[in-house]
Amino acid sequence: MSQSNPLTFMPSTETVFQRVGENTMVVNMGPQHPSTHGVLRVVCELEGETIVKARCQIGYLHTGMEKEAEYQQYHKCVVMTDRMDYLNANGNNLAHALAVEKLLGCEIPKRAQYLRVILAELSRIASHLVWLGTHALDLGAMTPFFYVWQQREMILDMFEMMSGVRMMPSWIVPGGLRGDMPEGFDKKLLQFLDTFPKELEVVEGLLVENPIWKERTYEVGVLTAEQALDLGCSGPILRASGVPWDLRKTQPYSSYEDFDFLVPVGEKGDVYDRFLVRIAEMKESCKILRQAIEGLPEGDFRTSDRKIAPPPRHELDTSMESLIHHFKLYTEGFRPPVGEAYAAVEGPKGELGFYIVSDGTNRPYRWHERPPSFMNLKALEVLAVGRLIADVVAIIGSIDIVLGEIDR
Amino acid sequence: MGELVLQTDSLEERKLREALPNALVKAKVHKGELYLCVRREQIREVAALLKNDPELEYRFFSECVGVDYSRWEHERDLEGRFEVVYNLLSLKLNRRVFVKVAVDDGQKVPSLVPVYAGAEYPEREIWDLFGIVFEGNEQTQRFLMPDDWVGHPLRKEYPLGGEDVLFAGGERGPAVEDIAMPHAGESFEGKTGTEEVSGR
Repeated sequence: MSQSNPLTFMPSTETVFQRVGENTMVVNMGPQHPSTHGVLRVVCELEGETIVKARCQIGYLHTGMEKEAEYQQYHKCVVMTDRMDYLNANGNNLAHALAVEKLLGCEIPKRAQYLRVILAELSRIASHLVWLGTHALDLGAMTPFFYVWQQREMILDMFEMMSGVRMMPSWIVPGGLRGDMPEGFDKKLLQFLDTFPKELEVVEGLLVENPIWKERTYEVGVLTAEQALDLGCSGPILRASGVPWDLRKTQPYSSYEDFDFLVPVGEKGDVYDRFLVRIAEMKESCKILRQAIEGLPEGDFRTSDRKIAPPPRHELDTSMESLIHHFKLYTEGFRPPVGEAYAAVEGPKGELGFYIVSDGTNRPYRWHERPPSFMNLKALEVLAVGRLIADVVAIIGSIDIVLGEIDR
Repeated sequence: MGELVLQTDSLEERKLREALPNALVKAKVHKGELYLCVRREQIREVAALLKNDPELEYRFFSECVGVDYSRWEHERDLEGRFEVVYNLLSLKLNRRVFVKVAVDDGQKVPSLVPVYAGAEYPEREIWDLFGIVFEGNEQTQRFLMPDDWVGHPLRKEYPLGGEDVLFAGGERGPAVEDIAMPHAGESFEGKTGTEEVSGR
């Protein structure tokens, strides 16, 4: 499907800026730059060291997941969601499951909802930890990276305990979860919740009052609330600009209304505020986790509708009907009624939603993710203008992008 | 002004019918969400109204999505091959509204960039993957696809797999694995996603 002229693949800056000023020069940052968190290419027009114009070039990781999904059954689409935002696999699974369940109109047992919250909040902490480590590393603070990686390792261990997979569990599926919480999981989680806040304080202490850190982040990349809304920025970026908007509070899903937690907001909307908001969010997530694991209700971990979720293993030996359901589910999948649905969750990076159109068959007619990083990335082009080139690194870090999600 | 006949009892529809009487084609509530189907030419006015009305304040531009309905066999809200669905959010009302426009090949949708700056990226993505042109946000360079790519992959007639690959000897053709293991939906032998094998 590609043209025969291979020369067009050469990356050129002329195609990005049609006209470059007389006293300015164009510097290409990425796609292999270590601070772009993946394969992002930022083309900057500079006057001295000041940025006049910046444009983001993306698509290096485009794998056509949305196209692929149109040929897959719903339960097979789940594994693709993990690989979009690979730092927040459970959050993506959750958003997808909610959208499909909205299409199906099925109810999920309370226990499954609580377990989903536990997985999603652990993912949020893990995602924020990676952000904190790499963001600090970008700005020259190496030590926090080692501390946060240690903590993230413990979260990944918990995912492994639950699902057998460390990074891409695919454990939250339409209809509930793939399996129940294993024995000893709660003990491990509570142990983590006891030690993690102290470890986080150590990292926090390294940065919060650090004069170099403040110099690099304070009043850098200021995004006003008006701008943030206009650009479609969501999540910690929007909240750092002073808008107390969190889908977990405002449009609760998966039983978030049961939990008591606060929504941290910033005042200035600069890089430092975004840093503080994310740190505070991790602490709030710990609160949610403790409430969820201590108040975990008894019950089933998936819906009892056998057309959507498989029957328990022991029933397969005794019940013909269960065997048929199991076979039909894994060969044909389920068929949601004709219609469309959008469901969004508050991911670590912002509003993470799935828009799915069903034509009544077992495959989605259109399957689309609203990637928070994709919308947030536009803010970089706005924030970089007038700043020094070194600040671009700080701004990219503070936006917290994942290219797997931007390109899909 | 005569009596307003509303299809839904929503504030959004009432406001829209009062201010832009010709813009609205259909309004519906589907699975608890409000959908407003409007005329393509007036999408910018509709968006500006929803954003600036002090009682609505749809200030958060969530995203816009393209859908290719060329293989759709059920009832539709609008006429036209493609639909662009704008997802707007009001922080004041804590409510979402989906605004839909229909567009055919060769037609243009007015770009929403003057109203919402955030519309730029999703519109570029829709152009890249569907080939829908946005007036005021016309692009010459690919966004997600490689620079030399031909075609718009999310169109329904576009095959899954079986792309032309340039081999070392200068030969072109589909990759070997694709020939050896054709799976549902591949079309380099004239098969497309509508074939029986794909389940559609």
